[in-house]
Amino acid sequence: MAFFLETLLGGLMSGMLYSLVALGFVLIYKASGVFNFAQGAMVLFAALSMARFSEWIPQWLGMENLFLANLLAFVVSVAVMFVVAWLIERLVLRHLVNQEGATLLMATLGIAYFLDGVGQTIFGSDIYKIDVGMPKEPVFLLESIFQGGILINKEDFIAAFVSAMLVVALSIFFQKTSTGRALRAVADDHQAAQSIGIPLNRIWVIVWCVAGITALVAGIIWGSKLGAQFSLSTVALRALPVVILGGLTSIPGAIIGGLIIGVGEKLSEVFLGPYVGGGIEIWFAYMLALIFLLFRPQGLFGEKIIDRV
Amino acid sequence: MFYRENGQFKTSYEKDQQVFSIPQDRWAIFAIIAFAFIGIPLLVDEYLFRAILIPFVILSLAALGVNILVGYCGQITLGAGAFMAIGAYAGYNFLVRISGMPTLGAILLGGLTAAVVGIVFGAPSLRVRGLYLAVATLAAQFFWDWAFLRIKWFTNDSPSGSVFVADVSLMGWTVNTAAEKYLFCLGILVVFSLLAKNMVRGSIGRQWMAIRDMDVAATVIGIRPMYAKLSAFAVSSFYVGVAGALWGFVHLGSWEPAAFSIDRSFQLLFMVIIGGMGSIVGSFFGAAFIVILPLFLNQMLPVVGGLFGLDVSIALVSHVEIMIFGALIIFFLIVEPHGIARLWSTGREKLRLWPFPH
Repeated sequence: MAFFLETLLGGLMSGMLYSLVALGFVLIYKASGVFNFAQGAMVLFAALSMARFSEWIPQWLGMENLFLANLLAFVVSVAVMFVVAWLIERLVLRHLVNQEGATLLMATLGIAYFLDGVGQTIFGSDIYKIDVGMPKEPVFLLESIFQGGILINKEDFIAAFVSAMLVVALSIFFQKTSTGRALRAVADDHQAAQSIGIPLNRIWVIVWCVAGITALVAGIIWGSKLGAQFSLSTVALRALPVVILGGLTSIPGAIIGGLIIGVGEKLSEVFLGPYVGGGIEIWFAYMLALIFLLFRPQGLFGEKIIDRV
Repeated sequence: MFYRENGQFKTSYEKDQQVFSIPQDRWAIFAIIAFAFIGIPLLVDEYLFRAILIPFVILSLAALGVNILVGYCGQITLGAGAFMAIGAYAGYNFLVRISGMPTLGAILLGGLTAAVVGIVFGAPSLRVRGLYLAVATLAAQFFWDWAFLRIKWFTNDSPSGSVFVADVSLMGWTVNTAAEKYLFCLGILVVFSLLAKNMVRGSIGRQWMAIRDMDVAATVIGIRPMYAKLSAFAVSSFYVGVAGALWGFVHLGSWEPAAFSIDRSFQLLFMVIIGGMGSIVGSFFGAAFIVILPLFLNQMLPVVGGLFGLDVSIALVSHVEIMIFGALIIFFLIVEPHGIARLWSTGREKLRLWPFPH
């Protein structure tokens, strides 16, 4: 029982991490109808930028304070992601308005290649450390109930907490601010939004910025777990089933989908994996999402797809 | 001046319905095919065969398959690499497990197996569509990546899923040298292209296109979506599977699952989109572009760096390479979203009127 609970909790927490990446997909899809395959590359780019600037800034300024260095690196990385978002809108999306979904998908794949290349050219291609002072030692819960208690990684716990906070912040941003309202209007209907004077291009820059910042947070958390390295860009592929399970247009969907996928992956790996040879997490998540789609083609919380001739 | 069709009158239905109804086109195609079969083996050296021509021919076949599904039937797939793997591994199993199996038979049976699996993994397309389907096809990719790595039966109990095929032979002709390999693949490509061209002109191709353009409307006018979609999946997977078997048997000789990873799927989709969706000739253009570009960048970058007095390291070359690759893809999509095939047809229109365009 304790083992099961431990696996379950581990699954929930890794699920939160997936939903952090999934959020980036949903944000961009909602506002511009673009399925952004470059989200993984953005996570990698942001993580590399954070890792390298937190290393370079103390060297340049000759200071010792770790917290201040990280803070500065974070600010610089946010600025970097802003520039990336602006460039993407200016150089790519603006020229591809009204193209088919497949073309836009390919364009984001092109962006992904480009970002991977640029990131590794500027920041280098080794494994870099991100040290934001996350505690590494495990803690034990419920020791009075189960013998030995339930082992939980404090780091995972903090990561899950940060993701939850980010989701709350994003929800408030979307529901309460005027910019958020404009974003939702654009998501609803491009032309109608434009006709009441919402600047489409600026909205897209903002959305890509917000997605960039989510990528940065995801990059910092994943990066401090695994190190900032090239394999981070494949995190996006792990997060894809989350998005289609939760629905491409729903922020709560990304969270719930993430939790379901996280738990499903961990449980299947632990309880089913040994029988079929292990390593089944990746395709299991996709199969889970696929089977789910057969019953609800628009995902868990996605908007109902209505076909008109 | 030379490419004029006025004065050519078609006097029978057969003539009207020919694949290449304009004689200039027909002769040009014959000339190109003759050159590909006779001229190229005389002119080209070993390296060019192995590095460019054989991959180009095989990947064109795969791109043709993907184009049938994506370009003609409108179902985006990100799992084409998996179907190449199925073709290769199924062909390998037929070859190893059935004694006396001819190589060509194994290749075609590999393609057939891929077609059957394609129908299974295409079934969700009846419920799910668009981007959701694209992600769902990734399920096939990851599942088969895993299966060929972990399930030992598929790979005849070889460690890490690496297998090899000794030599390819066709009715007593052993395909050994690079030139022979090229001719073998080219022969298959020509036959399959002709088949594809006729399929997309015929009733089934029109059904696919109707489904692509608006599937609800197509259903209303009496096209069975299940039949149309699944047949597109089957035909496409067959082509991709045969290409995969050729890739393994002829091009690589020995291979492991990584040869058909998700990067291959993306690559094939790039070929179709850059070449031109819904165009047979576009598949060839796309394949040529994607095969040649990385090689070209790889050769050119150190030279260009040298001009500016920069010492370009290998790591930097590979990073700049994917950077330029990505940038060029975006550039192409912006300049010509309909692919190189559209440029080609615009060029032909211009040529028709040249030199008196008014």
